[in-house]
Amino acid sequence: MVSQPPIEELRIGVFVCDCGLNIAGAVDCGAVTEYAETLPDVACAVRNKYTCADPGQNEIKDAIHKHRLNRVVVASCTPRQHEPTFRQCVREADLNPYLMEMANIREHCSWVHPNDREAATDKAMDLVASAVARARFLQPQEELTVPVSKRALVIGGGVAGIEAAIELADAGHKVTLVEKEASIGGIMAQLDKTYPTMDCSI
Amino acid sequence: MGPKAIDAGRHPNIELLTYSEVEEVSGYVGNFVATIRKKARYVDHTLCNACEECVKVCPVSKPDEYQMGLSSRRAIYIPFPQAVPCSYILNMDDCLGNNPIACGKCADVCEKKAINYDDEDELVVREVGAVIVAIGLDVYDPTEMDEYGYTRHANVITSMEFERLICAGGPTAGHFVRPSDHERPKRIGFIQCVGSRNPKIGRPYCSNICCMNTIKDTLLLADHYPDTENFVFYQDIRAFGKSFEDMFQRSKETGTRYIRGLPGDVEEDPETGNLVVTVENTTQRGGNGRSGLERYELDMLVLSVGVIPPKDLAKISGMLTLSKTSDGFFMESHPKLKPVDAPTRGVFFAGFCESPKDIKDSVCQAGAASSRAGALLNAGQIQIEAITSRIDEIECKKCGLCAKICPYGAITWQKGEVATVIEAACAGCGSCGATCQFGAITMRHFTDDQLLAQVRAILARKPEDKVFVFACNWCSYAGGDMAGISRIKYSASNRVVRTMCSARVSEDMVLEAFRCGAPVVLVSGCHYADCHYINANRQTVVRVQRLWDKLEKAGVRPERLQLEWISAAEGQKFAKVMNQMEELRKTVTIKEIEHGREALKPKPKKAAKKKEAAATAG
Repeated sequence: MVSQPPIEELRIGVFVCDCGLNIAGAVDCGAVTEYAETLPDVACAVRNKYTCADPGQNEIKDAIHKHRLNRVVVASCTPRQHEPTFRQCVREADLNPYLMEMANIREHCSWVHPNDREAATDKAMDLVASAVARARFLQPQEELTVPVSKRALVIGGGVAGIEAAIELADAGHKVTLVEKEASIGGIMAQLDKTYPTMDCSI
Repeated sequence: MGPKAIDAGRHPNIELLTYSEVEEVSGYVGNFVATIRKKARYVDHTLCNACEECVKVCPVSKPDEYQMGLSSRRAIYIPFPQAVPCSYILNMDDCLGNNPIACGKCADVCEKKAINYDDEDELVVREVGAVIVAIGLDVYDPTEMDEYGYTRHANVITSMEFERLICAGGPTAGHFVRPSDHERPKRIGFIQCVGSRNPKIGRPYCSNICCMNTIKDTLLLADHYPDTENFVFYQDIRAFGKSFEDMFQRSKETGTRYIRGLPGDVEEDPETGNLVVTVENTTQRGGNGRSGLERYELDMLVLSVGVIPPKDLAKISGMLTLSKTSDGFFMESHPKLKPVDAPTRGVFFAGFCESPKDIKDSVCQAGAASSRAGALLNAGQIQIEAITSRIDEIECKKCGLCAKICPYGAITWQKGEVATVIEAACAGCGSCGATCQFGAITMRHFTDDQLLAQVRAILARKPEDKVFVFACNWCSYAGGDMAGISRIKYSASNRVVRTMCSARVSEDMVLEAFRCGAPVVLVSGCHYADCHYINANRQTVVRVQRLWDKLEKAGVRPERLQLEWISAAEGQKFAKVMNQMEELRKTVTIKEIEHGREALKPKPKKAAKKKEAAATAG
């Protein structure tokens, strides 16, 4: 029943980030790194002070070459923030960006369990194990490139919509500005004078 | 704003569609398709020369919305003199000419023949690369706060009505009079925070603009009528922007009195129409050490009303799969680092609809939004994340179920044919992958193998101590991020696996978690009507309900599988739910867990059995 990972030899690098004290303050990052080394197909596990900083990223790139890594796990913050950073990082080391996986041991761990180091560390270990398990099945992916329609739609013709439309139009873009009322102007057109100067609204 | 509006009206690159509403937006970043309804104006603005003859003969009289109902307009009218486009419009709901026999006077006098009672709505379609949402705000209606007597006392007005009454273009040509007797009020009170910072009425947020607007009003009054006495009842004066404090000090120098305290109620003197307010002035101490109660008789009272999310917000939100924060305004991609990006790629926010802000901030944000949108348009092409589904032609049993449930219509299928995915249209929710019973669909980057491996890895050690959570990328997982950013502490027993949509979670994934010994499994996604993938999470509900049935049949307590909707803004809810799940976990016995492990074991498939039998026989 249990599926087997692809046949190529898997060599996973795990990079555990302290994030200064953001993570290391609540999670025993040393213990997490040691634990990561014991996981299947992990070729190296490294602890960084700030993985997203240049030295941290360079460490990933060097390790990819040195240890012939073909999967990378970064245990740091939410992928919703730094996934593009680390995808780009592994791409620069000639690894397909989709072979990088993240474990969120900050937003989902250290920041919300600051007073229970043991439980937070245990959770971080599980999140790393989960990311490594997933990494074993990651496949390189190619992104589809699609053309962009050369027109913007602005919904709402109050002062914000008017300004946005003009800025885009001045930059040479075609704009469709849609206003539900019979005239543009919005609520601002109903005001007399406007602060902090005392000039007319229209 | 006049010059800007005129610029927008005549800019060669701007197509201005007024009296129009966006009905539908489909597609994705770089390739949206918008359907816009141009409502019938019944006046051809290319022919209309704004001679006003029609207005003179129109017999209908209706409250003028622009003047806050303080004066009237005809059924055919121009919204206001500086309107862009400067063209008349005929409101067919008001017009008698719906049946031209009844009236038809305006058409008779129109020399340009610009009036057409048979005009019809028109649908236009535009392909656009980026969308800027700038749908503004609605003004709070103070009717529900009856203690201020807005509907009962003639001389209680809102700050919007104040604007019209003091404006030279207003119903009184700028002569500031009060409604009851058209006399000029000499003692004018302002009550701040009406509809703002008031959790009791569900409006806990600060509307941002009302303090400064009132300060401006007091300066206007002092300028126009130096003999008026102004009283401002407030809880805090928030004068934090550039030049704001200076204005506040100037207002005080004109003699405006600022009284810290909001009146409890407002009484009207029936003879004079004057208003009496009693207020606890919290900056004054009485002899007994308590705040002093003060009483003011005023000629007029202005309710400084707050602002609320526009009523179209839900409609636009649904069209573009956006989310809102707890105050009801749109939620941005990141509150500090991506303040104008919507969570939907290619959509940007400008102005009030994202959060209460003044004109200057609206203009700044509009500039930022247009810059972000411009960068996208300039790029010419864009890469789509490789999270799309693929169908294995050999494994596909041609049932067509995937095509039926795809929220984007990205899967084409005909009876007897293999289903195919239009990759550019696939948004990557993964619902099809969870639905396919034949393993024919691979959701790239969120494959069954990958997700099942995560389930097994997390539950490899001490599963009985853990709450297993599937969370969707856009809402629930982001809600967890929000809890983190906000440092909201909660139980550490949960282990979250991220999927793009809760609809990606297949029955087998949930069952596998139970088989691996999870005491509690939570599936969580966007709120039911706010699914990032249009309505994919309807399938989540279908699957979870089916699973509850299965669990019950297998003698497993269905409560061990939970379903929760948590939005990206709901960090507190995320934390609360995680604590609740931990409480639930504590009720699950080891015996129950062991029973679940066994009872939910997959039954060998018939085909596999046959194969096995054949192998044995062979």
